Amino acid sequence: MATATKKKLVNWEPTDVKEELLKIYPPKVARKRAKQILVNEALENETPEIQANVRTIPGIITMRGCTYAGCKGVIMGPTRDIVNLVHGPIGCSFYAWLTRRNQTDAGPDGENYMTYCFSTDMQDSDIIFGGEKKLAKAIQEAYDLFHPKSIAVFATCPVGLIGDDIHTVTKQMKEKFGDCNVYAFSCEGYKGVSQSAGHHIANNQVFRHIVGENDEVKPGKYKINLLGEYNIGGDGFEIDRIFKKCGITNIATFSGNSTYDQFASAHTADLNAVMCHRSINYVADMLETKYGIPWIKVNFIGANATAKSLRKIAEYFGDKKLINTVEKVIAEEMPDVEAVSDEVRTRTAGKTAMMFVGGSRAHHYQELFSEMGMKTISAGYEFAHRDDYEGRHVIPNLKVDADSRNIEEIEVEPDETRFKPRKSDQQMQALEKAGFKFKDYEGLLPDMDTGTLVIDDLNQYEAEKLVELMQPDIFCAGIKEKYSIQKLGVPMKQLHSYDSGGPYAGFKGAVNFYREIDRLVNSKVWSYMKAPWQKNPQLSASYNWE
Amino acid sequence: MLLRHTPKEITERSALTINPAKTCQPIGAMYAALGIHGCLPHSHGSQGCCAYHRSTLTRHYKEPISAATSSFTEGASVFGGQANMMQAINNIFTVYDPEIIAAHTTCLSETIGDDLKQIKKKAEAEGKIPEGKHMISASTPSYVGSHVTGFSNMVKSMAELAESTGKKNGKVNIIPGWVEPADMEELKRIAGLVGIKHILFPDTSGVLDGPLSGEYKMFPDGGTTIAELKSTGDSLGTLALGEWCSADAARYLDTQHKVPCSILDMPFGLMATDRFIDALRTVAGTTVPDTIAVERGQLVDMISDMHQYLYHKKVALVGDPDQLIAMTEFLVSIDMQPMHIVTGTPGKKFEKRIKEITKDMGYDVNVKAKSDLFLLHQWIKNDPVDLIIGNTYCKYIARDEDLPYVRWGFPILDRQGHQYFPTVGYKGGLRLLEKILGALLDRKDRDDPEERFELVL
Repeated sequence: MATATKKKLVNWEPTDVKEELLKIYPPKVARKRAKQILVNEALENETPEIQANVRTIPGIITMRGCTYAGCKGVIMGPTRDIVNLVHGPIGCSFYAWLTRRNQTDAGPDGENYMTYCFSTDMQDSDIIFGGEKKLAKAIQEAYDLFHPKSIAVFATCPVGLIGDDIHTVTKQMKEKFGDCNVYAFSCEGYKGVSQSAGHHIANNQVFRHIVGENDEVKPGKYKINLLGEYNIGGDGFEIDRIFKKCGITNIATFSGNSTYDQFASAHTADLNAVMCHRSINYVADMLETKYGIPWIKVNFIGANATAKSLRKIAEYFGDKKLINTVEKVIAEEMPDVEAVSDEVRTRTAGKTAMMFVGGSRAHHYQELFSEMGMKTISAGYEFAHRDDYEGRHVIPNLKVDADSRNIEEIEVEPDETRFKPRKSDQQMQALEKAGFKFKDYEGLLPDMDTGTLVIDDLNQYEAEKLVELMQPDIFCAGIKEKYSIQKLGVPMKQLHSYDSGGPYAGFKGAVNFYREIDRLVNSKVWSYMKAPWQKNPQLSASYNWE
Repeated sequence: MLLRHTPKEITERSALTINPAKTCQPIGAMYAALGIHGCLPHSHGSQGCCAYHRSTLTRHYKEPISAATSSFTEGASVFGGQANMMQAINNIFTVYDPEIIAAHTTCLSETIGDDLKQIKKKAEAEGKIPEGKHMISASTPSYVGSHVTGFSNMVKSMAELAESTGKKNGKVNIIPGWVEPADMEELKRIAGLVGIKHILFPDTSGVLDGPLSGEYKMFPDGGTTIAELKSTGDSLGTLALGEWCSADAARYLDTQHKVPCSILDMPFGLMATDRFIDALRTVAGTTVPDTIAVERGQLVDMISDMHQYLYHKKVALVGDPDQLIAMTEFLVSIDMQPMHIVTGTPGKKFEKRIKEITKDMGYDVNVKAKSDLFLLHQWIKNDPVDLIIGNTYCKYIARDEDLPYVRWGFPILDRQGHQYFPTVGYKGGLRLLEKILGALLDRKDRDDPEERFELVL
């Protein structure tokens, strides 16, 4: 069916859709899913509550991945000069090999291991007799071959089960080498309920083993860290281009196109700008407690959001020169962006979108769609927690269940010598009084219209049903969902890895995204679903071939 | 340089695998299971395994890959995954209603000792498997063998559905091994031309090469049916293509149901296809139709027409054992020179077969099983080649070493056509030749000096 000729169920009621989604489930599953499907409504003084970060239901085809994927794939994957060695059977390392589209610039030092895949390729004898010796040997072989400045070891499921002590092995190897930092991540796939636990495990170890290793003061007047930006399709490159133009120095990106030294120097920055709240907000908290660096939430997805975030950074530093430069940059960049959004909007306005990705993207990308005049009618996260939906004010009330209890929380104290408040109390108060918000994230719900459907951990059945009932003009999720949606004749955009596109962040990224969505929702291909004889099965004429 | 840290000097590694030439068992089990009609593959382990396998297969086929998972948590890993699996079985039949669940284990569930066969019995006893529906399972520990082993194990589990009624069905079982949907289609066409009634299993044609028509079928029309799988026990015999992928299932049918089998090489290239057709003709007791002789002649014709561009060209190869054995033989048969051959799958037999095939080449071929792309790259640095054949990961070597490159194998994540155009049989041989010649001649056209640049090649 061609998009243009689709009959839309304009009158769907969100509560009916919800009921429809739940109908097929066994009662226990329906009860659980009901709490994760929310009809967004404006409540007095509070946001409605959604259940999130809970176990996936066995047998229900989920979009989620595992803790290892969150740790090795997402957080450590984009770091180019660390040898990321996976301790386990071959698959885990193989599947995380170059599949996430994190772009890398090898830089002047030329060190780049992202094109490599390292594994101990555990065999049954290692499972039976233990894999510690093999791991130590593999670390040695990697060191002898490459002499990297750092080797990171990742545990896969069997490693935790057989009890290999990877932390002791890495500690011994670090001491043995002297010039190579070796550490390990206990990110077995069965831990937690989604990738989110892996982000946490990764970030904790980066904070514990790398941050603060280099006290050298880097040049630059306005020094920040960009937290939770993974350089998919070159997003980080575009953001760095803008920073450079504004005169803002990015000390460390966690972790797109990052290096060991960037992490090691992160404590020397003066502000932490948090992109993906889900994957990294706790690192921002730790950096503040230990080193005195305040943090703000930013969003570089969407041209307006980018401008707003730049202004926020400039306001924090409060320097007239920076404020002026930022305004100048915005004024320079916006006309090109607006020219394209104006042009594209003639073809995209009024169209509808759904997005089910990540722990922040399903929120951030609504900015870009609204800049194109498109409305998000349903959205949700794959691995978020309640605070990503409802805002940070719910954090103190979050229930710690059996699955999150075992994910380590690091207790941080101010560093004896290096804790240095970046602003005086008076300065902080003055900024806050002027409406400047630190550590603030209100989540996805307040930004979505009343009556939209917000769904956590959407699964294959629900996705198909949603598309069938609500017939969006575009659906956004990941590679696993892509083709089942497209078979229905609805274009699908990957918002994890961007298909083959990007960057979509910043100003140039916004232009790329407008063009990409315009291409997708207006492609002629969606009108070819049926052949002429399928559209008109009855023969109404014949050739006169007698 | 993308692989700038790979040194020319080869040092021995005994613990570290770099740039693997294999992946783990479960993905093979999942691919095989998709070749059963109405089947939902199920991964009994942590949900990441299932997500990774689905993603990789989706990127390779550009098709939806549906599969469920037991979604182990830490608790399940300690107390066993039986409760998760039971819940999964119930949910799967309620929500997705497949004809059959084909479950496989993972390193997680294997390490803790979960027994899927016992869980299935319990599910049956408790009425969790509806009347007329099925479940099969394969043990696929990721720390043994490779993706090829997992494929073979799941195919063997399919054979376990076989029943003997005592009455022969007049058909021949053909086990194609891990080949593309188009290859499975082509094998059926060839068997049809020879006039043989057959059951091909698994059969991913009509499953992973689906049309875009505005309709999503979670269970597409293709795939070997359960009735056919049951009937394999009554077949006249089994032709198993590929020792690594298909022999176990064939031997199982032989011992359990007295269905005799022949293990052949996968029919890639001239000679392996010759043997396959000859075997078909022998089992069917028929003469081979002229159509097939013409197809063969066309392949021989192209070899002779373009022999000057193939002769003594050096080739590096990476892939899976069954495919590499047939491909090496094909390259030798057209007077090319396979130099370096690597598979990640273990097997001394593989090295032996390759050495036999190349014994008259006049040089020692570098061949290694249970090896990786890192070593292959080092071999190439030491003894350069004119062409590299392998999966998508070879593109990094091809670019760094500026090598003509033919994509063939699994996974292919960056080019299309592999699911639609077969490389088995004589017609497939033509396509392989076309690809090899295309790569070599594109390079010639790029590199020839202007005065020697030629219109007619």
